[in-house]
Amino acid sequence: MSDTTTDDSPQTGPVLAADGTPLHRSLARALRRQKLRALMLIAPLLIFIIVTFILPVADMLYRSVENGIVSETLPRTVVALADWDASGDTPPDEAVFAALAADIQIAAEEKTHTKLGSRLNYENPGMSSLFRKSGRQVKRWDLETDGPFMEKFLDIDEDWGDIDVWRTIQTYSPATTSGYYLAAVDMQLGADGPEMRPENERIYLKLFGRTLMMSLAITLSCIALGYPVAWLLANLPMRTSNLLMILVLLPFWTSLLVRTSAWKILLQQQGVINDILVWIGLVSDDARLVMINNQLGTIIAMTHILLPFMILPMYSVMQSINPSYLRAAKSLGATDWTAFWRVYFPQTVPGIGAGSILVFILAIGYYITPALVGGTTGTFISNRIAFHISTSLNWGLAAALGGILLAVVLVFYWAYDKFVGIDNVKLG
Amino acid sequence: MLDQGSDAFVVFDKVQKSYDGQTLVVKDLNLSIGKGEFLTMLGPSGSGKTTCLMMLAGFETATHGDILLDGQGINNIPPHKRGIGMVFQNYALFPHMTVAENLAFPLEVRKLGKSDREAKVKRALDMVQMGDFASRRPAQLSGGQQQRIALARALVFEPELVLMDEPLGALDKQLREHMQFEITRLAHNLGITTVYVTHDQTEALTMSDRVAVFNDGRIQQLDPPDTLYEEPKNSFVAQFIGENNSLEGTVKELNSDTALVQLDDGGLIDCKPVNVKQVGDRTKVSIRPERVEYRSERFQEGAHLLKAEVLEFIYMGDVFRTRLRVAGRDDFIMKCRNAPDQIRLKPGETVNIGWMPEDCRALDA
Repeated sequence: MSDTTTDDSPQTGPVLAADGTPLHRSLARALRRQKLRALMLIAPLLIFIIVTFILPVADMLYRSVENGIVSETLPRTVVALADWDASGDTPPDEAVFAALAADIQIAAEEKTHTKLGSRLNYENPGMSSLFRKSGRQVKRWDLETDGPFMEKFLDIDEDWGDIDVWRTIQTYSPATTSGYYLAAVDMQLGADGPEMRPENERIYLKLFGRTLMMSLAITLSCIALGYPVAWLLANLPMRTSNLLMILVLLPFWTSLLVRTSAWKILLQQQGVINDILVWIGLVSDDARLVMINNQLGTIIAMTHILLPFMILPMYSVMQSINPSYLRAAKSLGATDWTAFWRVYFPQTVPGIGAGSILVFILAIGYYITPALVGGTTGTFISNRIAFHISTSLNWGLAAALGGILLAVVLVFYWAYDKFVGIDNVKLG
Repeated sequence: MLDQGSDAFVVFDKVQKSYDGQTLVVKDLNLSIGKGEFLTMLGPSGSGKTTCLMMLAGFETATHGDILLDGQGINNIPPHKRGIGMVFQNYALFPHMTVAENLAFPLEVRKLGKSDREAKVKRALDMVQMGDFASRRPAQLSGGQQQRIALARALVFEPELVLMDEPLGALDKQLREHMQFEITRLAHNLGITTVYVTHDQTEALTMSDRVAVFNDGRIQQLDPPDTLYEEPKNSFVAQFIGENNSLEGTVKELNSDTALVQLDDGGLIDCKPVNVKQVGDRTKVSIRPERVEYRSERFQEGAHLLKAEVLEFIYMGDVFRTRLRVAGRDDFIMKCRNAPDQIRLKPGETVNIGWMPEDCRALDA
């Protein structure tokens, strides 16, 4: 009896392949070559994306918190300043000034003190000239004999006695900083931690808010304009709908710049639309409508440019809806409107969702069109980022603004996934 | 005018339909359907049967002629006011609603109260034995279950007329046979008038009170299934319904209820004249395979017989199917019941075949 039971009992432990190796290992070996080949096929694209996309993005994100410049340029000062009480009202003692003299002398040799000056100038205006002026003088000092240095620094510029200058240096001495992110949301690091900037210096929150609101407006107008077109595309006879499809795709084949400039011609005060309105008599000649270089211009031009991204996903969803659903609804007693609203529309929601995500995310980071037709009231946060990248050269702040924009997009994506479900999105 | 008896519930009166303004898809359709009747429109694809159904449902408009429902012209009534239940080929269950919501939809648009709705939905689901599936989505159901729900949805608002557009086309054979039975049972129990469209002749024969055979935009024959099978009025119907042997020839003698036809190879046969007018007409004679007889003791006195060579003998269990060469054609089929005294013919044998004159119908050529 016991013999038969042991023979018949199911094998315990891992399942073995014919040659006695564990099955999962021999399966992995069999699949390894296949996986390797698949990896080789995508390798060029993978490397391209890593080098041109992921690494730059990572680098920029790092720049938004990177702040090594203070501790690298003023290493002794940073150490000496660590014990100073920033909440008091006395400047640091002589030891700190001696360290500062030594640091600035080396920095002036290497010409890095001006860079530090402009970096700290972002946080405390005036520090750029302070450092440049000091660098010229300190170069000539003899560190052994010329002390004490406190007096001498105050002779160069009495700002060295200003508590705020020292606070700024102490605050930004760590190798990483939240300063850029705080600046990007109109805050700054004060003596008691983060605080809002003065009312008249706040711009970024307003810009973020405007970017979100206008992107939302653009998305909504794309839905309103795109839905009927997508419906026509899905329901017209083949030949007509192909023609219509070409018209929808036509903007894709035209330069973005050309399309935006065309809107300038149409919308400006001496432009085509105003001329026609005046000619018809709807608008008097001295009250021509202002439709460009403001929010309206940006919304109109961007709606036009992003419309295909809304129409195409909607179209692909509508195409897959069998017309018999509508017939069924009508045969069950629904009016045309009820049949549309209760039966057709809910089935198109995945298409609307896909189009909206696409349009909204594209809109939120759009740059060229707002820059060209946005004037001062219709610009986006991206225009400010571009300003900091190419004009003010405050890359840290630009990176922080970009980082926040990325986070906002991810939050929207997450929220969409949570409430609508990303599986419901159909792009075609 | 058409005869509109008191029991005519649906009437097509000289209805024509054209989509392109050049060809008629439906040519002069006259049809009246009695209350409670189960009528099937049968025909090959493109014969106009689905177009007729769509005109009745209101999704297509008749180019000419009137359609009457319960005595009322409905040409200008939109589909949602006709109150006709419809079952679609692909079921058309709304995918974003549960089964119960699907069934409640027609009641909701009719503004029924909540408790009323729930009671009716429950009753309709129980009627098709799907009471446990109320909260499922259509995608979670099998084809047969979806079919039942579609049926329940078409019936839940208690229409007097139900249209079905090839509702069983997507089901496998066994399920289809079961559903055929279910549908006829429900239709008769509820006493509703049903118009059923199919291209499957077995379905048409087993389910219907009457079958309208469509071809080329016209009703070729409108009769109960047995009449349709046994007394086809023309070659198309004979060929389309069931298995049929067809031989071509010329009418030699014509009496009121018998005719003598000379086949193209010279052989003579007795037939019943159905669709021939005078001596000398070309004709196609039609004989059902199970009415062909080869045993001499069963022939009538003086009957004309044909020589036949056995080409193939197929054993099918309940019947024997024998393929013969007759009058120069080698697709002549004879079916014999598998009885104890039945002989199994061998290929190469030659036999004489014949039939009762009334089983052999001389139809149009």
